[in-house]
Amino acid sequence: MSVDNNIVRKIARLARIAIPEADVPGLTEQLNGILGWIEQLGEVDTSGVDPMASVMPGTLRWRADVVSDGDIQDKVLANAPDAASGFFAVPKVIE
Amino acid sequence: MTALTQLSLVQMQAGLANKEFSAVELAQAHLDAMAANRHLNAFITETPELALAQAAQVDAGTRTGPLAGIPLGIKDLFCTDGVQTTAGSLILKGFVPQYESRVSANLLRDGAVFLGKLNMDEFAMGSSNETSAYGRVISPWHAAGSNADLVPGGSSGGSAAAVAARLCAGATGTDTGGSIRQPAAFVGIVGIKPTYGRASRWGTIAFASSLDQAGPMARTVTDCAHLLTSMCGFDPLDSTSLDVPVPDFAAGLTGSMQGKRVGIPAEYRLDGMDPEIAALWDAGIAWLEAAGAQIVPISLPHTKYALPTYYIVAPAEASSNLARYDGVRYGQRVLPPGGNVQDMYAATRAAGFGKEVQRRIMIGTYVLSAGFYDAYYTQAQKVRALIARDFEAAFKRCDVLLTPTAPSPAFAFGAKADPIAMYLNDVFTVPASLAGLPAMSVPGGLSASGLPLGLQIIGRPLDEIGVLNAGLAIERAAGFTAQP
Repeated sequence: MSVDNNIVRKIARLARIAIPEADVPGLTEQLNGILGWIEQLGEVDTSGVDPMASVMPGTLRWRADVVSDGDIQDKVLANAPDAASGFFAVPKVIE
Repeated sequence: MTALTQLSLVQMQAGLANKEFSAVELAQAHLDAMAANRHLNAFITETPELALAQAAQVDAGTRTGPLAGIPLGIKDLFCTDGVQTTAGSLILKGFVPQYESRVSANLLRDGAVFLGKLNMDEFAMGSSNETSAYGRVISPWHAAGSNADLVPGGSSGGSAAAVAARLCAGATGTDTGGSIRQPAAFVGIVGIKPTYGRASRWGTIAFASSLDQAGPMARTVTDCAHLLTSMCGFDPLDSTSLDVPVPDFAAGLTGSMQGKRVGIPAEYRLDGMDPEIAALWDAGIAWLEAAGAQIVPISLPHTKYALPTYYIVAPAEASSNLARYDGVRYGQRVLPPGGNVQDMYAATRAAGFGKEVQRRIMIGTYVLSAGFYDAYYTQAQKVRALIARDFEAAFKRCDVLLTPTAPSPAFAFGAKADPIAMYLNDVFTVPASLAGLPAMSVPGGLSASGLPLGLQIIGRPLDEIGVLNAGLAIERAAGFTAQP
């Protein structure tokens, strides 16, 4: 499988990365180089093999359903590029 | 008196205990060495005031523990409360965590002194430190008769350069596909990645969550063992943290290989292998045999598929993990004039992520996208299961594996401009990462050009002591004393 410029533009949109149009052909070539190389995995016979779900066997633990922290609004917002009235602020979403 | 920066961590512990020098003197000696070696660009953020204040507490007896007064560098992937943490990325420039990562908190609990935050490949994606947004780290080593700068390896390149140049007694690293072991080999120091789940991932900025493991880098096997004991431990805040006791790793070391079987995987002897690397590997085999081990040829049939598996799994997980950098909650924001929130996301990520990070996010997004998920991601996780089975079968016949750490000594900047050529540098380290196994690199000798070469030991799950012990046997036999 290989990608073309249109698929690369679509991937960039899905990944929310603004790629300048001039960079698209170069990126297509690079991604095809990498995808062509990983293609060799297709030759491995994996019939009857379950995909690895967890590298170390174990079950996910339960914890008590209780509030374990809070009252740290200042800390949560400390690194926000923009905050107002105790909230994260973003450009207007609804027209 | 020997310069304080020349001491091993264990010697520093003894010197502090015997009051031969104070913790402040020890910290100041390292801060002076850092100031004299800024051209290496090993640190992104230096924290001299913090280090001296912590050291003063040690001298006053109010800061105690097994690592009291030991000056360490912390890879800039670990969140440090009140100290900028960038992951080597522009997108986190100015990010000041409001909490401490579990691993660095464990080291602070045990009395360590933090000198600063170490440079690294952006989001730990790289094997040469050339992807850092804060400039490349330069190795303190040079080839004989050459002044050309060399890479320190990566992604923990700042950690490697700082420890090798005697700017800190030890450092934290993280290893996703070899990011502790390969740089350790390139600069002639020791680095160990424990079993997946031994060290908590809480507060360590995520790259590929099913592979990321923290571990120590230091100049001796015993120094690494002390740091590893402190860094590891169960943490309920990391869902994959292993709830198992952590032994005192240093106390278990003897360096004897009596009764141990050392597996030599045939598939690691690559066609066209650098003869110097092959010769070092043979020397390592002879050293372990002389220390009492029985050498067992073994096979890991799926080895050649480890790198392509890794380059599906790691970018897939990275594309999910790095979705959080959107310019809303932390980090940099770029808002084009008149742009909406979607424009803000795309512009922020275009400006904040470097080329390699963007490339991996794109690959990850593609292999996880509708219609391609099974062909790429599911197939990769199946092959990963087969790679893990190979190791399981091998460990029925041997106790540890011995391999080279990297296919070459340190290379020049720009030598591996093709992404795949760079990826191939991790050919020996990635398989153990995919299987979650403990693995370390120990210096074995110098190349003909005078550059360090490392040997890798891979162990059974949770058998860090077996790995460290084999490492100690190699350290004693190799007698590696070369310095940059």
